[in-house]
Amino acid sequence: MERLSYEVEVEGPAAPRAPPALVGVVASGNLEVLVEPGDAGRCRVEIATSARGFGEIWEAVVRDFAARHPVAGLRFSVNDAGATPAVVTLRLGQAVEEYLGATR
Amino acid sequence: MSAPPAPRRSYREAGARRRLLAVLDPGSFRELVGPAERVQSPHLAALDLPAAFDDGVAVGRGTLQGRPVLAASQEGAFLGGAVGEVHGAKLTGLLRLAAREQPAGVVLLLDSGGVRLQEANAGLLAVSEILRALLAARAAGVPVVGLIGGGWGCFGGMGIVGRCCDGLAMSEEGRLGLSGPEVIETTCGVEELDTRDRALVWRLYGGKHRIVLGEADLLVEDDLAAFRAAAASLLTRRRVLTLERLCQAQEALEGRLADFGSCADPVDLWAAAGVVAPAELPLLEPEPFLAAVARARRPVP
Repeated sequence: MERLSYEVEVEGPAAPRAPPALVGVVASGNLEVLVEPGDAGRCRVEIATSARGFGEIWEAVVRDFAARHPVAGLRFSVNDAGATPAVVTLRLGQAVEEYLGATR
Repeated sequence: MSAPPAPRRSYREAGARRRLLAVLDPGSFRELVGPAERVQSPHLAALDLPAAFDDGVAVGRGTLQGRPVLAASQEGAFLGGAVGEVHGAKLTGLLRLAAREQPAGVVLLLDSGGVRLQEANAGLLAVSEILRALLAARAAGVPVVGLIGGGWGCFGGMGIVGRCCDGLAMSEEGRLGLSGPEVIETTCGVEELDTRDRALVWRLYGGKHRIVLGEADLLVEDDLAAFRAAAASLLTRRRVLTLERLCQAQEALEGRLADFGSCADPVDLWAAAGVVAPAELPLLEPEPFLAAVARARRPVP
């Protein structure tokens, strides 16, 4: 297992507070994402992954994700079982949808 | 013109949480020990394996047709829904809570291959604790019912848990057993059970066979709404837990073994039980199926 943590400063209004949301599942080539309220002005992503040595790719995916979604003030926690970057991107997007859906 | 029927939403394809939300009244589910509490398996971490925030099971309170229930749903996609220490403790805690709180019932959405082998003794112990708590809840007057329609079915220790329920609803695709097909093939050889014969596997473990044997009470379509209706219906029937009843069940099982012990295939058993066209059973929809087996069913008391 490898543990990674990224924090990105995000402009824009803070995401509304909502109950935690969980999407995905820890299964081969898949991952689960838990979204919770975090620190203002930041998006934090903490990852536990079974695939070692992909830190650079995780960072690129996280930065790209944070630039595309309204994630200021959100904390993401990931349990990963070797998902590809495309799957990770989809799950992170799904997690935001699910979390914000509860606030609408 | 009448409105078109609501489209079927597969129970089997849905995840554990989606099943739970669909079976309970909309918006009623309140999770206990939710994923944000991060009560994860310590054993998987020690083995350097990825853990899940909820250890593969969601438990909590809700209502079903307005009546308060406790409910649990196992996530088959995470390690085959297998029972580890935390996973098992959540189920045990829920059943103990039921004995104290006296809800209208406990609904277990079972989808599990049994004990999580990575956690060995802790998993085995967890299953025995679940069984004890389940029987204590029933003894305290709270009905416990099970739904089986997930991709992993209900096997091993969880198969025993399922059969200890007051009632079970299954889809044909749901499977129930003690030793799963791969276990039998591995230990007894391919001559005993060829797991590549998928039709045989489903004849042997599927919901229809369990209905004929009287081990499951309701056969439902692979549909979330159908499982919801079945759960509500099961909660209205209670199976009293007495020594006399257990003795009757034992007698019925001995009778079954005497009558059908030599059958090599479920089709032989269905024929011996008096089904007119046994080979047709796997092809029938639930309603005509139930009509075809009505007189052949052998309910276990």
